[in-house]
Amino acid sequence: MAIPLKYNVRNLFVRKITTGLTVLGIGLVVAVFLSVMSLSEGLARVFKASGSTRNVLVLRQNSQSEVQSGISRNQVPLILTLPGIEKNIDGNPLASSELVVMLNLKKIDGGASNVTLRGISEKSPLLRPQFKLIEGRMFSPGLSEVIVSRSISERFKNCRLGDTIHFGVYKWKVVGIFDAGGTAPDSEIWTDVEGAMNSFKRPSYSSVLVRTTDKASRDQFIAALAGDPRLALEGKVERVYYDEQTSTAAPIKFFGIFIGVIMAIGAGFGAMNTMYAAVSTRTKEIAMLRVLGFSRLAILTSFIVEALCLALLGGLLGCLLGILTVELALSGVTGTTNFTTFSEVVFAFRLTPKILLTGIILSLFIGLFGGILPATQAAFTKIILALRQIE
Amino acid sequence: MTNPLIIVENIVKKYHRGAEELTVLNSLNFTVYEGEFVALMGPSGSGKTTLLNLIAGIDRPNSGYIFVGKDEISALSEDKLAEWRSRHIGFIFQTYNLIPVLTAFENVELPLLLTPLGKSERRKHVEIALSIVGLADRMSHYPRQLSGGQEQRVAIARAIVTDPTLLMADEPTGDLDAKSAEEVLILLERLNSEFKKTIIIVTHDPKAAARASRLVRLEKGILKEDIPTESLDSARFAEAASVFVEARPK
Repeated sequence: MAIPLKYNVRNLFVRKITTGLTVLGIGLVVAVFLSVMSLSEGLARVFKASGSTRNVLVLRQNSQSEVQSGISRNQVPLILTLPGIEKNIDGNPLASSELVVMLNLKKIDGGASNVTLRGISEKSPLLRPQFKLIEGRMFSPGLSEVIVSRSISERFKNCRLGDTIHFGVYKWKVVGIFDAGGTAPDSEIWTDVEGAMNSFKRPSYSSVLVRTTDKASRDQFIAALAGDPRLALEGKVERVYYDEQTSTAAPIKFFGIFIGVIMAIGAGFGAMNTMYAAVSTRTKEIAMLRVLGFSRLAILTSFIVEALCLALLGGLLGCLLGILTVELALSGVTGTTNFTTFSEVVFAFRLTPKILLTGIILSLFIGLFGGILPATQAAFTKIILALRQIE
Repeated sequence: MTNPLIIVENIVKKYHRGAEELTVLNSLNFTVYEGEFVALMGPSGSGKTTLLNLIAGIDRPNSGYIFVGKDEISALSEDKLAEWRSRHIGFIFQTYNLIPVLTAFENVELPLLLTPLGKSERRKHVEIALSIVGLADRMSHYPRQLSGGQEQRVAIARAIVTDPTLLMADEPTGDLDAKSAEEVLILLERLNSEFKKTIIIVTHDPKAAARASRLVRLEKGILKEDIPTESLDSARFAEAASVFVEARPK
């Protein structure tokens, strides 16, 4: 049987200050790690949740985003004749030709940022089931009216219901507010596509969004599109397109893991210091336990468990600090720039149970790293020398 | 005569201090019989603690044999020796070596954690051991809440709780005042006479030695004198013990 756990836990509480400081150190590391990871998770979530696997986004070949793409008016009828497209009740193909333009708008809290203005056709909402008009009404085509996503209306000037958005010589009246359930359109302003093309003197669309009936017809459509030399277009599954946009989150995630590891090593040395001190003040105790007949393995395990308990306390504190930070200081939506389209992306810090678990695991690694050498030293205590030690 | 319990044959123990080699025990032969209460005396550096540690299986000899009961402990590996100690040895230290964060009960329970006993059986054993040393009412006290004498009695309870073959004590009264020392010695004597425990103590204290049934004096790693105390009348004992005491470093 092992040395009882209470022996380790009580010893941690005997050294209140050392334990407290070590726990705080580990806790802060875990909290920072959790904050960065929840930022990365929040960002990835926006794009991940976006897009259907049945929708295909048609872009000019080799365009990385809709902004770089262009589809001329006369290409659209050709696209609509391709096989695989789902038909509406009235027999028309479910497809929406759209224009994407970047507007540089002023934020309420100062500064400015690019916001996506999307010109849509009447079928657009049908292709995006998460779309919901929550206030006002839909824009009327040709009247320079727009509807604005809720998060954009909360964060940018002149974007509330009834306001007028000014951009250069253009003016749009905000007649509705919509919610897209955390998907990409939550960072967009919508207006009618023909009006937008007129205003911006654009001869062509940016993209065409097409609904296919099932996976087979989707693949058939993509293949047909790629195989048509007249078009020089490509089709991307909408979900895949947005997953690729997630590359914005990738460097943040990498950064989070990088500083997490660096700080964890620092905290690990802190824990190691604490555990070395614990072992050296208890050398005689360890020798006594060995005299009683406890094995080296029992001593090793006992001190590793003690280090893990210490780190776990830090991990729990870190989770608490992380939750407080994300809930209080970083609450609500926030924005960053999508580095592919250079437009504003609205997202929320997301501290999921999985991320919290990662934080706990990080703390346990810190404990293991800090505990293993001192525990080995404890296990190889020379009984005779330790018993002679004057206290 | 009872059966021999401990047979020490031609034991050599050397220590290295830097380049210097110190022979602490030099071809020592020594036998202890079942039920004896042996006091090991001698000046510092005479090898008495080393002999005690060797018999207790805490240390291992460079050459020679040590048998305790049927076991040749000088042939056991480090891990086997630890297991053997847990079954056969109760060790009492000069500085008690109780664990400060555990209560008297939990300290005494420690050696039982190495046995297959269940929780309720362990509780019974601990209660018996603590009542033998007269501390049944101090079970939930922490060491810092006990006097030195009480701490040493808890340590004795810890040493006897597994009902070991041998009780070993290294200067058990060395840190105690006269009254507490007396209580501890009475307790050891009782464990020997009433519970038939074989006891070996290392001591400088003639009062402690007087409780023993046999005095063994070591000097420079060699057995110098071996006297059964019952053969001594009180005057002779005082003389014999004083020789031992003179040898004690000032």
